[in-house]
Amino acid sequence: MRKKTFKHGVHPPDFKSLSSDFAIEMPDLPKVATLFLSQHLGKPAIPIVAVGDKVKTGQLIAKQDGFISANIHSSVTGEVIAIDSFIDPTGKKSKAIQIKAASEDDWVELVDDENYLELPTEEILKRVQDGGVVGMGGAGFPCYVKLMSKNIDTVILNGVECEPFITSDYRIMLERGEEIISGLKIFMKVLGAKQGIIGIEDNKPKAIKAMQSLLVGQSDIYVQPLELKYPQGGEKQLIFACVGKEVPNKGGLPTDVGVVVQNVGTAIAAYQAVRYKKPLIERVITVTGSAVRSPKNFCARLGVSFDYLLEEAKGAIAPVAKIISGGPMMGFAVGDASACITKTSSAVVFLRKSEIFQSQESKCIRCARCVDVCPQNLLPGKIGDASMNGLWDEAANGGALDCIRCGSCAYVCPAHIKLVQWIDLARLELAKRPKLEEKK
Amino acid sequence: MKLVVSAAPHLHDKLSTKSIMWNVAFALLPALCFSVYYFGLKALLLTVCGIASAMLSEALIQKFRKVPVTIDDGSAFVAGMLVAYNIPVSAPWWIPVVGSAFAMAVGKHAFGGLGSNILNPALLARAFLMASWPTIMTNWSKTTLGSISGMMGVSRDLVSAKAKVLVSSATPLGVVKFLRDQNFVDGLGVTAQQGKEVALLLMNKLSSFEVLQNLFWGNCGGVLGETSVIALLLGAGWLAYKHIIEWRIPTCYILTVFVLTYIFGGIDGIFSVSILFAAFQVFAGGLILGAFFMATDMVTSPETRKGRIVFGIGCGILTVLIRLKGGYPEGVCYSILLMNLTVPLINRWTMPKFFGSTGKGGAK
Repeated sequence: MRKKTFKHGVHPPDFKSLSSDFAIEMPDLPKVATLFLSQHLGKPAIPIVAVGDKVKTGQLIAKQDGFISANIHSSVTGEVIAIDSFIDPTGKKSKAIQIKAASEDDWVELVDDENYLELPTEEILKRVQDGGVVGMGGAGFPCYVKLMSKNIDTVILNGVECEPFITSDYRIMLERGEEIISGLKIFMKVLGAKQGIIGIEDNKPKAIKAMQSLLVGQSDIYVQPLELKYPQGGEKQLIFACVGKEVPNKGGLPTDVGVVVQNVGTAIAAYQAVRYKKPLIERVITVTGSAVRSPKNFCARLGVSFDYLLEEAKGAIAPVAKIISGGPMMGFAVGDASACITKTSSAVVFLRKSEIFQSQESKCIRCARCVDVCPQNLLPGKIGDASMNGLWDEAANGGALDCIRCGSCAYVCPAHIKLVQWIDLARLELAKRPKLEEKK
Repeated sequence: MKLVVSAAPHLHDKLSTKSIMWNVAFALLPALCFSVYYFGLKALLLTVCGIASAMLSEALIQKFRKVPVTIDDGSAFVAGMLVAYNIPVSAPWWIPVVGSAFAMAVGKHAFGGLGSNILNPALLARAFLMASWPTIMTNWSKTTLGSISGMMGVSRDLVSAKAKVLVSSATPLGVVKFLRDQNFVDGLGVTAQQGKEVALLLMNKLSSFEVLQNLFWGNCGGVLGETSVIALLLGAGWLAYKHIIEWRIPTCYILTVFVLTYIFGGIDGIFSVSILFAAFQVFAGGLILGAFFMATDMVTSPETRKGRIVFGIGCGILTVLIRLKGGYPEGVCYSILLMNLTVPLINRWTMPKFFGSTGKGGAK
């Protein structure tokens, strides 16, 4: 099939070969799990356990608060030892429930509904919601909310994984393709979608092949090979690449063009929640970087710490100078290795000193390289300039509100201007506006 | 474990402002080599004077402005080089010195330094030098090789010796200007009809492969850096390979000049010249240097994609207007300077449509 792609974008080096050939492994059970109340978009969950309570693996420990929120379950068997602030994968302090794990792994009761596709839609939605399933690609949007969309004709599974270093989605496509397709079928059934597309970039030919071989004879589901380019995994970019539709700007959603996008990992989580009532308590995460002795793809329990993952990957081979939670384009540099992973943690990258890019901002030379790469067709340099000078209207004219924070502009900027953060500043200022007007 | 915390993205493309500037300087080297080959070592001396003056001026001005001295970023080096490239080899050493100092002081730092200037500093310096020392700036007498009359094979029985004096030791575009000028025909002392025939014949000679070949290698009169098409194209190729220049401006600029001269270039109504004459107009003068190295100056060209097309076409129209209808034989310098002034407007009028605002794909 002809490869497709979106407009503009960049080609960062991908570093995927560090970990791409290592099959998913189960690390040892952790001694402690720290489960954040906010692992998703929307309101944090509300704890329903207290310090000293004994919990089982998969037991609900915090329940969702409001429509856009998600349940949190214990990822280990043990005793709640703290409900306090801990360092989350973005490097900030965030409220979490800490559980000291016992030696055994005692699960809550699971079921096995072989005819899970026959279940009524409400029951499927309820199981996805109860399981605390959220988008595992990064945003963490509650899955069941997306599944309640109307007028959907296409479900796109995101197997692009365009961020350098990360190979977790690649591995699950190779090893757990059947579960992905089962999840996709659930999505299509609930949404009444006529077609399902799995978008995979052409730097993962084995994954394309593996998925295609599972789809022989399927007319309504196909694999769409995509030309390698960052940020193809961006929801809007992926939709354009696969079906040629532009999601409207100014707050438009994929549902406006009849599409729902889910990550391939989310499909597995949803499948397990629907068939087995298994809550989302573990995920595949890539532990990689040149400072790691033995890069791995782990199926790790949620709430384990970065240093635990590093130890499980046989430790550091060189002094670790930087830890990136997520990919290097949009991920967070975290200053503390005791930070713990969440439902949206796709990778932890441990870098050596020699690999760290550091430089000073200098003056914009108007080279317009940012304009040439912006997948949203904005004027990042103009927004940055306006933001530095506090001209928020100018920033809005340059498209500040349509930025997807992919970092392509900052990646190519020869003056090393922190464009993403300047644009963030403009967006924050512009977001304050209606409130100011209301006060008047 | 001591960890570095910084904002995303954590990866970066290799190109920096500094490397861009030094790449441009590198891309300008072939032209310097050809210049030294054809014009002698004085070409090198003038270039060194221009560069030294530019870097020294910038350092002094930055000290005076109490801002960090940034002469190692290569932008002053490139500007000095380009100032020298716009000077004839016969000029005295202080011409590039004064020109570069002017470029830095008035062209660049009066507006706030790198990234803030409105006009291309090197071209502004050329305009300044042209206005201040017009005879020095248009003295082609030291042009050693390939005087245009020789290339054209003008012989005594064809035109009078007077015509030969007029066309010899000038730039190729200077010759065209002579030929288009009524005074030239009158000066031959022949009838108007005969004069026109001579002019037409000479125009045809200009469009010969032999002349084009000489222009291609750089064997003709002109300022230091503009004569050798091949050398400039080598440099431009390097910059394109490095993704430092983008195709829109040079392509639109050169195509516009080519098409417009093909239509209006003749002295006998529209479409009265051969396609080779249009090629001659592209190779001759400063078009190649201007289109690839000056119009593409990042600071003074539009940021939007459409804007770059408008800018290139605008430069082309103005260049052809000046060449064919204006008082100067060459119009690259002034056309780019004029278009520089329109950049803010072009940027405003060619704002891109944000992704999602086009309604493409039938949003419901």
